[in-house]
Amino acid sequence: MRELLVEVARFARRNRLAAAGGLVGLSIVLIALTAPWLAPRDPLKADFRRMNKPPDSQSFLGTDQVGRDTLSRVIYGARTSLFVAFSAVLLGTTVGSLWGVACGYLRGRFDLYSQRVMEIMQSFPDLILAMAISMAIGTGLPAVIFAIAITRIPFGGRVIRSVALSVREMPYVEAGRASGASALRIMALHVLPQCVAPYLVLATTHLGVAIVIEAALGFLGVGVPPPTPTWGNMLADSITALVPPWWLAFFPGLAITITVLAFNLFGDGVRDTLDPRLSPAFLRLMTGGRRA
Amino acid sequence: MYAVVTLLGVSLSIFVILRILPGDPLVAILGVEGHARMTPADRVRIMADLGLSDPLPVQYVRWLGDIAAGRLGKSFFRGDTVADLIAHRGPISAEIGLLALVVSWLVGLPVGILSAFKPNSIPDGVARMLSILFIAIPGFWLGMLIVLGSLFWFGYKSPFIIVHVWEDPWTNFQMVVGPGVVLGLAQGAYIARMSRSCLLEVIGEDFVRTARAKGLKEGIVVMRHALPNALLPVITISGVLLGFVLGGSVAVEQAFGVPGLGRALVIAVIERDIIVVQNLVLLYAVIFVLVNVLVDLSYAWLDPRIRYS
Repeated sequence: MRELLVEVARFARRNRLAAAGGLVGLSIVLIALTAPWLAPRDPLKADFRRMNKPPDSQSFLGTDQVGRDTLSRVIYGARTSLFVAFSAVLLGTTVGSLWGVACGYLRGRFDLYSQRVMEIMQSFPDLILAMAISMAIGTGLPAVIFAIAITRIPFGGRVIRSVALSVREMPYVEAGRASGASALRIMALHVLPQCVAPYLVLATTHLGVAIVIEAALGFLGVGVPPPTPTWGNMLADSITALVPPWWLAFFPGLAITITVLAFNLFGDGVRDTLDPRLSPAFLRLMTGGRRA
Repeated sequence: MYAVVTLLGVSLSIFVILRILPGDPLVAILGVEGHARMTPADRVRIMADLGLSDPLPVQYVRWLGDIAAGRLGKSFFRGDTVADLIAHRGPISAEIGLLALVVSWLVGLPVGILSAFKPNSIPDGVARMLSILFIAIPGFWLGMLIVLGSLFWFGYKSPFIIVHVWEDPWTNFQMVVGPGVVLGLAQGAYIARMSRSCLLEVIGEDFVRTARAKGLKEGIVVMRHALPNALLPVITISGVLLGFVLGGSVAVEQAFGVPGLGRALVIAVIERDIIVVQNLVLLYAVIFVLVNVLVDLSYAWLDPRIRYS
C-alpha cells in the first residue's frame, strides 16, 4: 500500500497536468457514483411550473423545456456516459488485446487473416461504424456499449500484437516451449503479463474517444434512448427548440469537454510513464503500421 | 491491391451488419403496427419490390453489380436513388472536408513549427494548452455554440437549402465555412502536436547540428533541413485524422444544420432506410481507404528511400 502511494506521488510530481487530469477524472467518477445523493432533484421529473428557466437560486443550471433540472440531469448524465465509456473501452480493449496476443504469438495464417479483418474494421470512421452497428442491433444501453466496443477492438489488437511478437522471441518463452508447455499456457502465463502496461495505456487513452462517440451518438439520436439523461441526449434535446436556451446547450457540452480533457491528460501521463517507447510507435500502429 | 481486397471486405461486412443482424427489414420500415396490418401477399410483393426476397448472396452480388453500374439502389422512403442523393449532397460535404483539411494544415503546421522553435517557452505552452483543449472539445458542441452565438448576437442564420458553389459561391461559402473551420481546428490541434514532437525529434539529430555548425540561420535550419524530414508522420496522422473528419462531419453537419451527406446518413439511420445507410457507409469507408492509399503513395514521393514493389 505504501509503495503504491509512493508510486502515485512520483507520478504526480513528474506529470503535473496528468495528475490534475486524473484528479478531475476521479472526481467525475465519484460524482457519477454518488449521483442519487448529489443531484438536487429527480432528473426525470418534469415540473411544468418551472419550464425553460435560466439558471437561478432554485436550479443552478436552469431547467429544460419540460422543467427538468439541468444540474441533476448533467450529474446523472455522468453516470450513463462514464458507464458506457468504461464498459465499451474495457470490452473492446480486452477482446482486442486477447486477439492481439493470439495473433502475435501464433503468427502464421491466423495472424494474416486476423490482420486483414482488423484492417477492414479500421476502414470505417469510428462514429459511422458505431452508428451502423447500433442501428443494426437496436438502440439501448447494451447496444451502444457494444457498438463503441467494436470500434476499439482493432486498436487493442494491433498494439498488443506487436508486443506479443517481440515477447515470443524472448529466451524465457523459448524455454517454456522447450519444456513442452502448450501454446495456450505460454500465452496466458508468459505473454499476457507483458501486455499489462500497454493494455493500461490503451484503455486510458481511449476513454476520451469513447466518451465523445457516446455523446455524438446521443446527439444524433441513435445513442442511449431518452428519457435517460446523457450529455449527448441533452444536447440533442436542446436544439429541438426554435431558439435553444443557452444553458441547455452549454452545460452538457462543458461536462463532456471537461471529462474528455481530464481523461486525455491522464492518459497522456500514463502513456509517458508506463511506456515511453510507445508514443511514436503508437501513432504508427494506429495507422495500421503502413509506414514502410 | 490490398485496398481492393479491403474494400470488398468492407462491403461484405456492411452487408452482413445491416442485413443479417436486424431481422425483418419490413418491421424496420413499416413499424411494428404497420407490419402487423400487412397481408402475406402485400409482404411478398413489397419484399420483391425492394429486391429483398432473393437469397442474401444474390442480393450481395446484385448490390456490387449496382455499384459498378453506378445505380446504388433506391431509398425506401423517397423516390430518388442513392446516386442522386450523393450527387446532390455530396459536393457540400466534400467542400467541408477539404476546407477542414486546408484549415487544419494552415493552423496546425505553423503553430507546431513555432512551438518547436522554442520548446517550453510561453508561446509553446499556450499552443500546447490550446491544442489539448481543441482535441477535447467535441466539434458538434462547438458548432452548436457558434450557431447559437451568431443567432443570438448577430441574428444570423446560415442558409439551409443546398446551394452549390457553381450556383452562388457566397451563399455556398456561408454554408460550409462553419463546419469546415470547426472540424479543421480539431484536426489542426492534432497536427500542431504531431509536427511539434516530430520536429523536436529531428532537430536533435546530427545533420541538424551540422547545418547549425556551418553557420546557417536557425530559420533555414528548421525550414529547409528539419521540416521536410519531420513531415512524414504528420502526413500519416493527417490521413488517419480524415477518419475523424468523416465521422465528425456527420455530427457537425447536424449541429450546423447543413444538409450534407452526413445529415442524410443520420436521417437514414433514424428512418432505418437500409439501402441508403448501406451505400453511404460504404462511401465513407471507400473515401477513408483511398485517402490512406494516397498517403502511402505520398511517402515514396516525399522519401525517395521508400520504394513500393
